[in-house]
Amino acid sequence: MEPTMSFFSGFQPSDLLYLAEAAWRTVLISVLSISIGTFLGAIFGWMMYEGKWAAALTLGPVLDVFRSVPLIIQLVLFYNFAPMIGLNLDPFLSGVVILSIYCASLVANVARGGMEAVGQPMRRAARSLGMSYWQDLRYVVLPIGGRAVFPSWVGVALGVMKDSALVSVLGYVELLKASQILITRTQEPLLILTIAGAFYFALSYPISRYAATLEKRWAS
Amino acid sequence: MIQIRGLEKYFGTLQVLKGIDLDIPKGEVLSIIGASGSGKSTLLYCINGLEAIQAGTVSVAGTDVHAKGTDVNKLRQKMGMVFQQWNSFPHLTALENVALAPKIVKGKSKAEARDIAAKQLKHVGLGDKLDVYPSALSGGQQQRLAIARALAMEPDYMLFDEATSALDPELVGEVLDTMRLLAEDGMTMICVTHEMSFARDVSDRVAFFHEGVIEEIDTPANIFGVPKSEHLQKFLSNIR
Ligand SMILES: Nc1ncnc2c1ncn2[C@@H]1O[C@H](COP(=O)(O)OP(=O)(O)OP(=O)(O)O)[C@@H](O)[C@H]1O
Ligand SMILES: [Mg+2]
Repeated sequence: MEPTMSFFSGFQPSDLLYLAEAAWRTVLISVLSISIGTFLGAIFGWMMYEGKWAAALTLGPVLDVFRSVPLIIQLVLFYNFAPMIGLNLDPFLSGVVILSIYCASLVANVARGGMEAVGQPMRRAARSLGMSYWQDLRYVVLPIGGRAVFPSWVGVALGVMKDSALVSVLGYVELLKASQILITRTQEPLLILTIAGAFYFALSYPISRYAATLEKRWAS
Repeated sequence: MIQIRGLEKYFGTLQVLKGIDLDIPKGEVLSIIGASGSGKSTLLYCINGLEAIQAGTVSVAGTDVHAKGTDVNKLRQKMGMVFQQWNSFPHLTALENVALAPKIVKGKSKAEARDIAAKQLKHVGLGDKLDVYPSALSGGQQQRLAIARALAMEPDYMLFDEATSALDPELVGEVLDTMRLLAEDGMTMICVTHEMSFARDVSDRVAFFHEGVIEEIDTPANIFGVPKSEHLQKFLSNIR
């Protein structure tokens, strides 16, 4: 209650609220990054599929970099170097930028795989009915390819949510950072990490369950 | 009327069509036979603009398919195509498969599109499968679904690319019967086929393809009765 009075104090009910708020910030940064990343990734994937070699030569390697350099390095580099080019972003926005690009680089491959999964014959059948290129994309490629790679996309999304913990290195107090702060104060790492873990689980489990339900419905 | 003049098609350096001249008047049923790789499928793709061509012209009802300003999407509405692989949309029911294009391409209302789809599905004998997903249909049923899907656009021409080749033998009959029905209704049809009985009994003319040219084109009686070209004679003797 009064942190100044005793630096070390046991776990209090109000700490749960503190963790819940932090969990909300995890949700916020994750949902934003996954949404932006998925949108961009779908476009990148489409470019790589359609542009073939031109996009594969330019976009491919760039995305490879973001996919392979550890996220924590990307975050620290971006946060420290962005001001040099006049971008003064707070930890939250820096995190959103990097997480979005990272998510996009992963989704790009997923999206391209989805388009490949639909196959030329199916698309020709759609076009032979008079559908335009975009109608084919919207009504045939998106639903068929999207369903084919939906499990991979869920994997990417859950991964990005967990990786959002790394934004704590920039000082953004999300779930993991909040746990660390509380551990330092309460000296009760097991309890607090268990609670934090439970929060992460509570965030991702409904998503996995919902995804499984969708997959089951599509399979029938 | 489909008019093909001096049509040449290359894949890279490989010339697949070497100068095709062909007229298909309205109401005709033309079967195309020939060895694998002779360019039969490619010709169909060139007719409805799914493949670009390198020389010559293809005109459908007076419209040059490959001309710059041609709206191929519009043109394709006049030409239904059925493929060897039936390509049902797996995420849609039979009814939705057939109703999709009328709805989004022709701008029909939902109710109209459903009516058209139901009618076409009944026409091909799938009246009791309206709400079934393709995964629950046999190959023959899916191929009839593909035919209904093409017919729902009310095309003037139908192109069949070995519509029965991927089917189990016992399912071939039902699809051929559907095609026969269509021919009797007066549909203009180009059928690439390996079913010689269909070519003989249903078509008005049969074209024999050999290495990218139409080596012989004539009535079924002449093609099968008195084949002139050596390649055709050999082709027919291999089949029998
Ligand atoms: N997209 C493509 N790229 C390169 N070559 C192709 C392509 N499509 C077809 N070909 C080649 O063109 C030739 C003619 O192919 P096509 O499919 O038209 O033959 P077909 O007469 O329909 O044979 P089949 O009876 O096996 O279906 C073949 O040599 C084939 O390998
Ligand atoms: Mg073929």
